[in-house]
Amino acid sequence: MTAPAVLARDVSKVYRRFVHQKQFRTLKSALLTGSLLSDLRPEETFTALDGVSFAVPQGATFGVIGENGSGKSTLLKLMAGITRPTRGTLSVEGRVSALIELGAGFHPEISGRENVAINGIMLGLTRKQVEERFDDIVDFAELREFIDAPVKTYSSGMYARLGFAVAIHVEPDVLLIDEVLAVGDEAFTRKCLDKIAEFRRRGKTILIVTHSLGLVEKMCDDVLWLRHGRVADHGDPKRVVDAYLTYVAGGEERLMAAGQGQQGAVADAPPADTAPVEGSVHGYRPGRWGSREVEITRVRLVDSRGRERHVFVPGESLTLALSVRTSAPVEDFVFGLGLFGSDGVSIYGTNTDLEDWKPRRLEGEAEVSLVLEDLRLVEGTYLLDVAAHRKDGTPYDYHRGLYSFRVKSRIKDVGLYRPAHRWAFSGGIELLAPAPRPELDLQEDDA
Amino acid sequence: MLGQVRSLLRYRLLIQSLVSRELKARYRGSVLGFFWSFVNPLLLLVTYTIVFTRIMPGVHSPKMEPYYLFFFCGILPWTWFSSSLVESANGLIAGGNLIKKVLFPAEVLPVVTVLANLVHFLLGLPILLLFLAWEGRLGPAALLLPLPIAVQLLFSLGLALGLSALTVHFRDLQNILGHVLHLWFFTSPILYLYGEVPGTFRSLLRLNPMSHILVSYQQILFDGSFSHGPQLALAGLAALLALAVGAFFFDRLRDTFAEGV
Repeated sequence: MTAPAVLARDVSKVYRRFVHQKQFRTLKSALLTGSLLSDLRPEETFTALDGVSFAVPQGATFGVIGENGSGKSTLLKLMAGITRPTRGTLSVEGRVSALIELGAGFHPEISGRENVAINGIMLGLTRKQVEERFDDIVDFAELREFIDAPVKTYSSGMYARLGFAVAIHVEPDVLLIDEVLAVGDEAFTRKCLDKIAEFRRRGKTILIVTHSLGLVEKMCDDVLWLRHGRVADHGDPKRVVDAYLTYVAGGEERLMAAGQGQQGAVADAPPADTAPVEGSVHGYRPGRWGSREVEITRVRLVDSRGRERHVFVPGESLTLALSVRTSAPVEDFVFGLGLFGSDGVSIYGTNTDLEDWKPRRLEGEAEVSLVLEDLRLVEGTYLLDVAAHRKDGTPYDYHRGLYSFRVKSRIKDVGLYRPAHRWAFSGGIELLAPAPRPELDLQEDDA
Repeated sequence: MLGQVRSLLRYRLLIQSLVSRELKARYRGSVLGFFWSFVNPLLLLVTYTIVFTRIMPGVHSPKMEPYYLFFFCGILPWTWFSSSLVESANGLIAGGNLIKKVLFPAEVLPVVTVLANLVHFLLGLPILLLFLAWEGRLGPAALLLPLPIAVQLLFSLGLALGLSALTVHFRDLQNILGHVLHLWFFTSPILYLYGEVPGTFRSLLRLNPMSHILVSYQQILFDGSFSHGPQLALAGLAALLALAVGAFFFDRLRDTFAEGV
């Protein structure tokens, strides 16, 4: 075993929180009362990280997730060496490149060329190394024709691209990424992801702080979940992300608070950029009710290979697998599904009765699966209702909106439903066909 | 402090490129560009020449003739000194993005400020030397010029380090500084002769390291003979002390920069 690339032992970071009066204290009063240095010792503090320990093996891709304000960025800054831990030790092996804010060191007045040189040196390259990599950097940023213009004339996308290009060409041993992939257009984001994948293949250590749980599940070997500055969970991405989502959706707590007290496992939650589930315009509120003569004990979303997933791409197959249980044999039962948009708009609903399946007998434990062969949905977050009820509609166990999944697509088409379609042109019209690119391949980990 | 010196050596490439960036960026977009480094001191010179030869002739002693040249010998290094301090007081806050978002050695910022202003000083120097030669005052003593420059560099660095660190927490310093420098300007022998200052005030002037640095420039350049060596050496010690104190404050406050700026 080689030494871990990042080793955190009981790391705490305490920020001082200025009281209004203190912030505007003047030098004069500080000098008069002789409290110059003692003023700099905080009285009110805010603990951003509290006793965080973990190790990242060399070559691992390590994800850090958590809500806003949970200490993720603080942790990244500590690893980057920008601030130091208040208590505990944090060691990072090798050269670190931190993508915290792209192009942070750029000077607006001077050209892209000069900024690349200085930024490279700032990140630890020698002048010669900068020269050697200059062409790669410019090509990666796709800014060749603008490289001699002052960067103040760049668009924010160009700015970020150049920043990313420099940071990535520093050849760090440890790459720290803080939610920076949100910048730039789809094509550039894709390029960044490819570059990060290349880093992985070459055995570099990568730390990603992100709200994009799909990315974490897809890329990371290991995930750390921070909650209020403490480690809430750490380990297998799938498991940690699930635990996090359960927490975020607040499924259990909310149900208990509503006095129902039942188990409600939530499989996924909308990421920060989509509308919150609760309080939607259609009055669609998650919940669970029913007599429980038939109980849905577990709901899983699995892909064509039988693996549990929460992010799918259009055209994939999605299987909804229900585990059901009954204490006494039942002869009147119907299983159904409802598919909703994140705003609560109904997209599709069906059940065994509507499709003329005649119930005979349900006893003990059973599995019910509904295979959606070809997921024709546009990008977005979708909510699921699953239910077991009598033919007259009396619910045994109704789970409303407790499960969700996300559809991720390269094509940003809109609407509720994506019919199978193709374009055709003839006559005096000419178009360049889109580059044959696969959909975001969420299964590439296996390759 | 030794550690800091070592780290500065380690960052010399970075400092070098930031200084050149500073110089490039300063006049970028202006018509005269780099020539401003020469034009600025010239215009300053013209202003003071008009004031002291046309508006208030005769307030200065004959020892200072030609007065414009005497004044030039003092104002050029003073400009380096004062703009270094003004800019570095603002330096860490202006460079906040670097300190907060990039692993960046903060001490580089005030050092770059002082060095960039040193380059401006050095660019203005040929103009001064030209005028000295014109007046037939340029002698071999000018070879001693590196001495006061070195002392002033150390002194400026020390003050710049301390100021930049303290300003992060006491923004008032930015406002106070202008007035302090104004007072400092008039209590340094730039407009008048150090030797002609009346008794009590003179002993006060003696405590000002800038006095000795400026007198050294005047002797080396204007008088052509240097006798202020011991005082300059003392000023050098004061400069080292300032550097030590400045570096101490900077180091003490370093960890608070990322949160304070």
